[in-house]
Amino acid sequence: MNVLDFIQALTEYDFLQKALVTSVMVGIICGVIGCFIILRGMSLMGDAISHAVLPGVAISYLLGINFFIGAVATGLLTALGIGFVSQNSRIKNDTAIGILFTSAFALGIILISFLRSSSDLYHILFGNVLAVRPSDMWMTLAIGLIVLGAIFLFYKELLVTSFDPTMAAAYGLSTRLIHYLLMTMLTLVTVASLQTVGIILVVAMLITPAATAYLLTNRLSRMIFLSAGLGTISSVVGLYFSFTYNLSSGASIVLVATALFALVFIFSPRHGLLRKWKSPKKELTT
Amino acid sequence: MIHAVEVEKLSVSYFETTALEDLSVRFTPGQLIGIIGPNGAGKSTFIKAIMGLIPAEATTIRLLGHSVKQARTRVAYVPQRSAIDWDFPIRVLDAVLIGCYPQLGLFKRPTKQHRIHARSCLERVGMLDYADRQIGELSGGQQQRVFLARALAQDAHLLLLDEPFVGVDAGSEGVIIDLLRMLRDEGKTIVVVHHDLSKAADYFDTLLLLNRRVISVGPPTDVLQPHIIEGAYGNPLAFLQKVEVSS
Repeated sequence: MNVLDFIQALTEYDFLQKALVTSVMVGIICGVIGCFIILRGMSLMGDAISHAVLPGVAISYLLGINFFIGAVATGLLTALGIGFVSQNSRIKNDTAIGILFTSAFALGIILISFLRSSSDLYHILFGNVLAVRPSDMWMTLAIGLIVLGAIFLFYKELLVTSFDPTMAAAYGLSTRLIHYLLMTMLTLVTVASLQTVGIILVVAMLITPAATAYLLTNRLSRMIFLSAGLGTISSVVGLYFSFTYNLSSGASIVLVATALFALVFIFSPRHGLLRKWKSPKKELTT
Repeated sequence: MIHAVEVEKLSVSYFETTALEDLSVRFTPGQLIGIIGPNGAGKSTFIKAIMGLIPAEATTIRLLGHSVKQARTRVAYVPQRSAIDWDFPIRVLDAVLIGCYPQLGLFKRPTKQHRIHARSCLERVGMLDYADRQIGELSGGQQQRVFLARALAQDAHLLLLDEPFVGVDAGSEGVIIDLLRMLRDEGKTIVVVHHDLSKAADYFDTLLLLNRRVISVGPPTDVLQPHIIEGAYGNPLAFLQKVEVSS
């Protein structure tokens, strides 16, 4: 089966269209928000918050409410808990992250095992984009629009708190508020990505396309668009492999993102490996 | 008279350690002020405390005659070079444009006028040719000049600089100090955390010698007295040789 067959299938199968729309949206929002995550040195935090969503999803099933309410609640509680532990003890931030997210994740696994079958747990952890329901697709689209809108509105604040948080605080901007705004968006993005890549691999969609874009440009605005584009390409190509060879959708998408990263890591005209070998000086003079 | 900085009974402590104790000081506007003192004397802490960046106790902290909250959009802070991620994907012009942010409300974006203003600020520090460079591609001295341009873009009346000459070659240091003098002559007040005592007398109109509390404050000739320096540093000898060499 080749690419043409895939396109043919796209026009025929409703489930595949939904899968495509959903994964493209996930590719875009993960790519956009991922830029801020990596520039703020918060990759581990991204991993933590995505895992911390699991108990919230379980509790929501238990209570019969929309699972993204529970997901945002436990995601944010974990973010607050990490801040609380690292600010009120000598425990360093990455250690606090390690303690709290694994606890939340472990709690989530136990709750899920009480509630649902192991195949459901498997889908939440690893995603199953070919089984996206219409309601999932609309929710992903809605979350995507909210997140993109928030980033558009707070672009200036996100930029200054990422680049020079001391100046931001000095002129009266609440860096903590921006931090928790970003954490909220992170939980939303994770929930939106549940079906596509799943909890475990969503961090790759946050970090890898953004890191790839970071190697290609020296401007934040371009980095954001490039990252969204790379996320989209990863999603579409990953979905093709997943559908054609019956592979796990999340894993396929992530490996495509990794392949793009590897290419750019070697060949990037500005910051690539070849460029460094050719001219040992780190700085460009052009 | 309105003071550029007016601090009364300022104390800062981290857990059990006292970083600053019962510190009172006033700076007249339109001066170039150096804050000196041994390592751990609380120089950077002092700057951060008067900007309201760290919890502090004080009976009065007033900047430019206002409370910190009212004054802070007119106060520019130039961080230590080590505090900035120089690989950040931002160009020189966009870094300067951040100086306009305090004046812009939430959800407002810099306009063309702001860009023109930012370019003129870059021109004043002699960095307009570098407007499109990524900030990490500049030398240490050029990076400091870009941050000075940002302070200009902010239209700040009070500038607080934390160790601006660290990692800067002698030539650039001269350029920067000339710029600071130019700004002072325009009536701005500039407070510089500085560790190289040898040039302190040359550079500053007023010196504040700190060691957790105020050791001495006044014109450099008054502050840089052997017995005063000994009080702050313990051992004055190595330092005094430096002062003599430069003067």
